[in-house]
Amino acid sequence: MTRFSLRTLRTKNSSAERVLLIEPVHGWVPLNLREMWAYRELLYFLIWRDIKVRYKQTLLGAAWAIIQPLFTMVIFSIFFGGLAKIPSDDIPYPIFSYTGLLPWTFFATALTNASRSLVRDANLLKRVYFPRLVIPLAGVVGALPDFFLAFLILLGMMVYYGLYPTAISLLWLFPLLLLGMLAALGIGLWLSALYVRYRDVGYIVPFLIQSWMYLTPVAYPSSLLDEPWRTLYGLNPMAGVVEGFRWALLHKGQAPGPMTAVSALTTILLLISGLYFFRRMEHIFADVV
Amino acid sequence: MPPDLAVQVAGLGKKYRIGALQDRSRMLVEVLSEATLWPVRAARSLLGRQRTRSELTTSIIWALRDVSFEVERGEVMGIIGPNGAGKSTLLKVLTRITHPDEGYARIRGRVGSLLEVGTGFHAELTGRENIYLNGAILGMHRHEIDRKFDEIVAFSGVERFIDTPVKRYSSGMYLRLAFSVAAHLETDILLVDEVLAVGDAEFQKKCLGKMSRVAHEGRTVLFVGHNMAAVQHLCQSAIWLERGRVRQHGPVEDVIRAYLSALDAESPDTRFPLMNPQYGVGFADCRVHLVGGSNGEARTLRVELGVLAEQDTPRIGIGLGLITETGAVVTTLDAKITNFIFDMQKGVNRFVLEVPEIERYLAAGEYMVQVWLTLPELTRLIELDRAGLILLHGRDMFGTGRVPEVHRHGPLILPLEVRRAERAAH
Repeated sequence: MTRFSLRTLRTKNSSAERVLLIEPVHGWVPLNLREMWAYRELLYFLIWRDIKVRYKQTLLGAAWAIIQPLFTMVIFSIFFGGLAKIPSDDIPYPIFSYTGLLPWTFFATALTNASRSLVRDANLLKRVYFPRLVIPLAGVVGALPDFFLAFLILLGMMVYYGLYPTAISLLWLFPLLLLGMLAALGIGLWLSALYVRYRDVGYIVPFLIQSWMYLTPVAYPSSLLDEPWRTLYGLNPMAGVVEGFRWALLHKGQAPGPMTAVSALTTILLLISGLYFFRRMEHIFADVV
Repeated sequence: MPPDLAVQVAGLGKKYRIGALQDRSRMLVEVLSEATLWPVRAARSLLGRQRTRSELTTSIIWALRDVSFEVERGEVMGIIGPNGAGKSTLLKVLTRITHPDEGYARIRGRVGSLLEVGTGFHAELTGRENIYLNGAILGMHRHEIDRKFDEIVAFSGVERFIDTPVKRYSSGMYLRLAFSVAAHLETDILLVDEVLAVGDAEFQKKCLGKMSRVAHEGRTVLFVGHNMAAVQHLCQSAIWLERGRVRQHGPVEDVIRAYLSALDAESPDTRFPLMNPQYGVGFADCRVHLVGGSNGEARTLRVELGVLAEQDTPRIGIGLGLITETGAVVTTLDAKITNFIFDMQKGVNRFVLEVPEIERYLAAGEYMVQVWLTLPELTRLIELDRAGLILLHGRDMFGTGRVPEVHRHGPLILPLEVRRAERAAH
């Protein structure tokens, strides 16, 4: 069977007018990221919508962004830090776990939003055309405001414990945050596309995220592992992100090294494969959702 | 693609799997468990190519099959057909919401689609916020929405409530706002589903008026219509879809006429012969036409009737009636007043019923012709209450360029005169 794809042809006559060709779609579809740029305003509005709605709906809206990691930190501190006496790289356990919970909560929220995004906006899928990539992307970016709020709390905690980071290590936060976002996006693309077709994915995701947290050095340090296991541990993209955050903010633990490199590599693979898988499945979304 | 064409469609086909309904609830865990048995098969299944057991039990429905047509720039084309004919599917393919399985379509210019209003509206956001959100979803840029914001609000009539959350709107306000945003889309090609024109009569008028203006602005419009009068009024050409295929394509008048006459031929009561068993009389056949009008003069209603009598039956009256689309009675011409009473011979008795120049008296719109047989004392023996649907053009009675329409002005066109009264003598 010959392979076709959605193409845009430019006519010779007019530069402003494009002739769009609509054909059957088979197999792998080109990513066409340029189209995403044309729809950047829509991306903005979808993010804006999610944030506005979330904060309008509940009084707790803004507070929830803080309560979640804070509360988990308290529970962890009591049971893991206090009772189980899990080592924490010579850092007070509460702040140790909070610096892990901060990027982790962002990742969990971004991933959850992204995986459910297509089904939640099913009516958009069925009625209007736009590159569907916009939807899970909006889900991931929409988790940022909550992250910033929780970050403010962290700053407060750091002042309380008297732990101050250096400027250079703070700069590391940006690429690390980006890594977390791309990881959430990559996995989110896989999950959201699968969810449209297979509804049990909706049950799998919360379970997946729960378990994943224990596979990430949030409640415990990665120094518990010896090499080479520690580097392999980086196959979990969030392992690199969480440890990196901890190092950047508290200057304890290992500087970004082989583990982080492995995390970055995994993330890139997940992202690229996620993009292609998503684009391949895209044409059935409206029919199946 | 020739430069004067806006849309070119060739051999377009789209299929759906019926068994897919069972397939929809397919669980990922099922797929994964198959993976332990058939790794390759499961991988292909994940990638969308099913070769599974369920596919053997599914049946394929072609929502569109071998659809081809062309639309010139600036042309307004109507898409008509019964429910389930594939009209919405065609629009969905042309707006890239869903993909064809066969054939292709070429589209020149920006496409805007109004398949449903209020897409993306969120109840918690205010009217103002929803205008921006909905506009962005439909493809408008922010500066475009800024520019048209006041117009949109004015058209919708919800100025006072523009900053209240939409969940507090009445359904009418909601629909008006939603339609208003969509109506201000400025794209080269517009695909519209007539079902959009909702709300009270006042607003519907506004919507149709706006659509009419859009049509005359030189934009290419594809209009899915259910009201034949609206389609005739707005469109130059039309395409008739039935069961996914093109039944007819051409000038709007011809297509509508063909569609309407097919409707009567297929309407459920016309299971001829239709008899009154007690009296042994009934209808053998009935054909309703509008004839004449070749020079733009008022056409004549002509009904060719075959009355079947099991034996010679004296004094059977023939009556004709007319009702509007909404069921309002225009006229009931019973044998009692018309005295059209005949003696029927055994077998088929052929009759012609004519109302010469019916368009001289009636406003434009759809009317249903009814025919019945009675005993002279008015007892109805047998009726065809859907003998035929006719679409009248009306006439510019007052020389104003405007033709009375049945929905707005009632069915009857009376020759009204208004002039100044002469001064009375002191």
